Amino acid sequence: MLRLSNLSKYFGGVRAVDALELNVKTGEIFGLIGPNGSGKSTTVNLVCGIFGPTSGSIELDGVDLKRQAPHQRIDAGVSRTFQNIRLFDDLTVWQNLWVAWRDAPGQEHSWFSNWFGRSLSRRHEIQKLLEFSGLGDKSNNLAGNLAFGEQRRLELARAMASKPKLILLDEPAAGMSSAEVTDLRQRILTMKEMGITVLLIEHVMELVMNVSDRIGVLNFGTLIAEGLPEEIQNNPLVQKAYFGSSENTSGGDTNAIDQ
Amino acid sequence: MLYFLGIFQTIGVHTLLGLSAYVLLLTGQLSLGQVGFFAIGAYVSGILTVLFSWHIFAALAVGALVAGFFAFLIGFPALRVKGLMLVVATIAFSEIVRLFFFNLSWRVEVNGFDVGPDSTQGFREIRYFAANGWEQTHVVALIWSFVILVMFLLWWLDRVRAGAVLRAVGEDDLAAQSSGVNLTMVKVAAMTAGGVIAGIGGGLFAHSTTYVDHHTFTILLATFAVSYPILGGHKNVFGTLLAVIFIQGFVIEGLRFMGDYRNIVFGLLIILAMNLRPQGLVDGHFISDIKKKLGGKPKKDSADA
Repeated sequence: MLRLSNLSKYFGGVRAVDALELNVKTGEIFGLIGPNGSGKSTTVNLVCGIFGPTSGSIELDGVDLKRQAPHQRIDAGVSRTFQNIRLFDDLTVWQNLWVAWRDAPGQEHSWFSNWFGRSLSRRHEIQKLLEFSGLGDKSNNLAGNLAFGEQRRLELARAMASKPKLILLDEPAAGMSSAEVTDLRQRILTMKEMGITVLLIEHVMELVMNVSDRIGVLNFGTLIAEGLPEEIQNNPLVQKAYFGSSENTSGGDTNAIDQ
Repeated sequence: MLYFLGIFQTIGVHTLLGLSAYVLLLTGQLSLGQVGFFAIGAYVSGILTVLFSWHIFAALAVGALVAGFFAFLIGFPALRVKGLMLVVATIAFSEIVRLFFFNLSWRVEVNGFDVGPDSTQGFREIRYFAANGWEQTHVVALIWSFVILVMFLLWWLDRVRAGAVLRAVGEDDLAAQSSGVNLTMVKVAAMTAGGVIAGIGGGLFAHSTTYVDHHTFTILLATFAVSYPILGGHKNVFGTLLAVIFIQGFVIEGLRFMGDYRNIVFGLLIILAMNLRPQGLVDGHFISDIKKKLGGKPKKDSADA
């Protein structure tokens, strides 16, 4: 589905992403982890077209995305959420979804009705999406006035409103309580059932390890390991990247002090 | 009576100018170029009625289209700059337009008189209304028909998806882009619409005052144009109208008796208004209050805006 080959992005002398090779298969949940500054968010921004790559290629189902503008990549089927929630705060919950809405292929509305019409079928489908997010009774609230967890759910719904094939979640569990993480896990699994491929970038291991089909580990902009969640947990290279040395991984920092 | 009709005229024309800046403000673009489009509308439609004896409606339409066309062209380079840089770039545009008309001399003999723009002397013979037997009440009615039409269209825009998209771009263009919004198209469309509205305003202004010159279209007028939607608040089109009535009707005309002290009070009143209503004169509270008084159901959340 998503294939990144030899992808690089340099900011001045900093190699944020360095000759990255990554393959996400159709229908899977792919977890991308790595220490702070390892290039995870830069990778998302490259796939979505916020940055242009220094070199390399980005392909979605064989289509080269590199020359497409960010909004065209939405039409191609890539959608995302942001690490720090970016909703349209002064618009209502409903309007947030209305802006991002795309008709499914085959049932497109006319140009005029897309911008100016208020079609009933679209109304109905946005309402269904709201109910999926548990925001059914808040459609007239301003997005900026929602609680934190609700804002996260709305952003997820907004990313789904464009009917993506692939969704990139940039640290969706940041700042969430453990109950909220469980709820998020259910939502991500539901997305998978709906046939959406998920690229999950996350620090919260409780979520990544439990939901991902495969996991890739980034460090210094390159993939240092890739495999099933269990394999990644036991991979010495990964432990080294996260904790600095392979000996004191079991207990983390306290052990290191003890020794 | 004539005095009040004059104020109505001014308020109407300035409302169009303010609404042209309002459209851009929705998409987060702060432009001081609206006076440039206003000037283009004024000169083009004036030239068409005076030099070519066109009907006023045809002249207004062409003036608005030419202004809109220039706004469309300005829209593309304007995409590359934001905030203060956009302000500076649009000031530069307004000055170019002003200096172009400052130098434009195009005198033609019509019915035995020399008429047309006369560079530094201004364009002094825009007599369409007087020559065709229009009374001032008709002129006021014409201006306000356009004000109401434009306000209605902008009000309606907020009830369809296009309005939500414009506001989404204004709030967070990166998130809008990542939600599939074509930023180039939306920003250029807003710029073009703003140019057309300012162009109509300029045409009406030129014909209702019968005289325009380069002093009319200075940076001061550009500042007024953006002040209206900022002071009025960009939640609602009526804010811009209210701000124009406040500034033109109350502060400028109402305080005339104070003589030179007026300018001091003018500044103080605007600072006071901005402090008492930082979201603009017509903010969320105001809208929900009105809705309550009208007996409608207030939007749950608008009071917190």
